[in-house]
Amino acid sequence: MAVGEKTGFADIPALFDRMTGDEKHEWAAASTLHVLWVLYDRVLDVSPDRVDDPDRDRFLLSKGHGPMAYYAVLAAKGYLEPSLLDDWTSWDSPLGQHPDRVLVPGVEISSGSLGHGLPIAVGQAVGLRVQGRSARVFVLVGDAELDEGSNHEAIALAGRLGLDNLTVVVVDNESGTHGWPGGVAARFAVEGWETSTVDGRDQGALHEAFTAAHPGRPLVVVAKVVES
Amino acid sequence: MKTMREVFADTVQEVMADDPRVAVVIAEISRDAFRPSPRVVNVGIREQLMVGVGSGLALTGMRPVVHSYAPFLVERPYEQIKLDFGHQDVGGVLVGIGGSYDDPAWGRTHQSPGDVALFDSMPGWRVQVPGHPDEVEPLVRAALAADDRRYLRLSLRRNTASFPVVEGFTAVRRGSGGVVVAVGPMLDPVLAATADLDVTVLYATTVRPFDGAGLRAAVAAARPDVLLVEPYLEGTSAHLASEALSDVPHRLRSLGVRRDAELRAYGTAEDHDAAHDLDALGIAAAARRLFTHPVAA
Repeated sequence: MAVGEKTGFADIPALFDRMTGDEKHEWAAASTLHVLWVLYDRVLDVSPDRVDDPDRDRFLLSKGHGPMAYYAVLAAKGYLEPSLLDDWTSWDSPLGQHPDRVLVPGVEISSGSLGHGLPIAVGQAVGLRVQGRSARVFVLVGDAELDEGSNHEAIALAGRLGLDNLTVVVVDNESGTHGWPGGVAARFAVEGWETSTVDGRDQGALHEAFTAAHPGRPLVVVAKVVES
Repeated sequence: MKTMREVFADTVQEVMADDPRVAVVIAEISRDAFRPSPRVVNVGIREQLMVGVGSGLALTGMRPVVHSYAPFLVERPYEQIKLDFGHQDVGGVLVGIGGSYDDPAWGRTHQSPGDVALFDSMPGWRVQVPGHPDEVEPLVRAALAADDRRYLRLSLRRNTASFPVVEGFTAVRRGSGGVVVAVGPMLDPVLAATADLDVTVLYATTVRPFDGAGLRAAVAAARPDVLLVEPYLEGTSAHLASEALSDVPHRLRSLGVRRDAELRAYGTAEDHDAAHDLDALGIAAAARRLFTHPVAA
């Protein structure tokens, strides 16, 4: 498969499987697959030839651990030459076990340390709003990543500012040790967010949730993905 | 006379009027210094978020000014500075107030003598330490016009006179018996301490990048004994002075906020100067020991 060929979701597992060596995060990566595919295939206004367009949508993979699914989708969508997947994490490869925006065109943030993506996304949403741009910001976090206090600083402020150009996707694979009373969405709702909780493997439901109107409020989509 | 903080805030707002790239991010501190604007974002008392939001603004093409009291700007969200600005490779202007111990009555929580050392652990930061409020405006204007990463360290401490802001060190006095480097507000006590010594006094506002060439030139014209006087952690710039003089036999002594123990005391900034030997008396004693006791041949 080469960049530019028509690819579909059915091609993703083969791309995913070309990356070995991070089995520890394989489940974490797999649990993001449907979310990433729906975003890049049907929701985000982005393309490989517009990576510097100031009016492009932004997608931030805050949960940088286990980026195999991310790389697979980027390869399927023409951001990466698929052959790069074969020797990822090697000295000459731009693909590490955490993505680097400087090394990979189209990657919006360099992530790995948890709790950074959402605060940055809030800044991007504010920046786009004050510049009068209609571009949107999507950020993917994990349910365990929400433990980081910086996320709660961001959740609170985004609600107060009514950032309706911001969508957070929480991939909830129940990896957090202590969980969230009343569910993840409740934490956002109390801060004034629009919330939606869907099956993280149901691409139709994900699409519907991502494209629902949420005027005057940021949106959180909790994508439940329980290991089968 | 306005304080450095007042000059900073006034200058930023003047520039903002004409430059739509400029935005301010604060965490309550200095909220009354800035007029309400969509481009002034007060995130509340959330310093990690403050830095992250600054990074996000930069990623959309804006020039963020991120500002707070130094410990809450630099130490608490250190990882955010390292990753959200440095690792993302975006620019921004971080402006701290409070010096090392401008208000020691507030105790250790409001002191940040290690701030410049922390910036030293991250590549690509320009660090500037003005010694007078009149030096702040040109530093701020230059910072807002640039795209790089900068840290401006403001303080209530000031010298009696300002100097033109230049890239490297400014020779305030020439002598042959050695070289003293005085950073920012340290110039006045250094001049008082060395008034009867035949030494060169170099004044520094920009400390990163370090003007190694300027130091080498001064050392070449004097005995190669160097006294480094910094208002933050002692020896913060010693490695750069040593590197600049790596092929020159020399002696180097560093003065600054002591590293060996936390000074658990309140009082005034002048009390703390004395305790750290950063007043004229303490600097004079160190200068006499270094410059009037040359190494035996």
